[in-house]
Amino acid sequence: MKVVLRNPRREVEVAGGRRVKDVLRDLDVIPETVIVIRGDTLITADQMVDETDTIELRPVMSGGRP
Amino acid sequence: MKCRKCGGQAAIELRRHNAAFCPDDFVEFFRNQVREAIRKHRMFGRDESVLVAVSGGKDSLALWDVLIEDGYRTTGLHLDLGIFEYSLDSRAKCEAFAAARGVPLLVSSVAEEVGAPVPVIKHVTRRPPCSGCGLSKRYLMNRAALEHGFPVVATGHNLDDEAATLFGSVMHWQTEALPRQSPALPSTHAKLVRRVKPLYRLSEREAAAYAFLRRIDYIVEECPFAAGATSIAHKEILNRLEDTSPGAKHNFLFGFLDRARPAFERAEAVALNECVRCGQVTTGTLCAFCKLADQVKRAR
Repeated sequence: MKVVLRNPRREVEVAGGRRVKDVLRDLDVIPETVIVIRGDTLITADQMVDETDTIELRPVMSGGRP
Repeated sequence: MKCRKCGGQAAIELRRHNAAFCPDDFVEFFRNQVREAIRKHRMFGRDESVLVAVSGGKDSLALWDVLIEDGYRTTGLHLDLGIFEYSLDSRAKCEAFAAARGVPLLVSSVAEEVGAPVPVIKHVTRRPPCSGCGLSKRYLMNRAALEHGFPVVATGHNLDDEAATLFGSVMHWQTEALPRQSPALPSTHAKLVRRVKPLYRLSEREAAAYAFLRRIDYIVEECPFAAGATSIAHKEILNRLEDTSPGAKHNFLFGFLDRARPAFERAEAVALNECVRCGQVTTGTLCAFCKLADQVKRAR
């Protein structure tokens, strides 16, 4: 399956057929730091992703000192 | 995972609330948190015009969206920082948002007001870029609000921003900064408008989820100067804590606001003067913004 990452935008291929949280752990991404987008909605960490899926892990951090 | 409200498929889990929500119920949860912040701190009333500082990022545009949907009278204020493509894109996002909703947007340029854009200010001052940028933003927000008759400025600072700022202040025991950290700062001078942060109860992940679910087109890219910023390092530390202990950020900030902040509030107020040049409020004779503008002028 395909995972889209940002800043800079890039794509990586990882194994599907497992839960989102397993994909996050594989990529060493802390769940609190991203929203997980599939199609036009968000999915939770316990949802299964298929080999044919594309998900985006969009970072949520905004930068700089206020 | 099921939505706590309707039992449908959840779109987002909020571990610190031990809850998950579907898109519709999450949007309502988010708006309720903003309503609670406004009510609890008496941020503004429906009879007041609110100036909303918008960067083009998820937080400020999500805030503006909630206030518009709830029927508040709002005007956006975008400060063009002059940070290359990033600022051009940010401004375009704000203009598109305002045009699509038919709401007014003011734009002010740091390059015109200070005499140079943020990258040049960074070079001239030899200080971290966030320093001159933050100073200019606070000054220009206040002055724009005064000039256009707004009693209050609302910014998109979220729970993560506030927890990271608090963490930084505590790490260095900047006790003078602690009483000033609040979701609502009242006007303490005729030329200082009220400043409020209606998103302080919401994490930046929640703000990103709201912006996405509301189809708000925001700038996802980080400010090019953000890499290496201390506040980001602090956010990363706090997110690691949050991962092992959900609610850590919330408890850190809310515990401070409820129990520690009152102890740091000074008995006597700091004397406030008006800057001899621009007339804006300062604790000295020439304000920090005019000093910065002088520094830029000398270097050019």
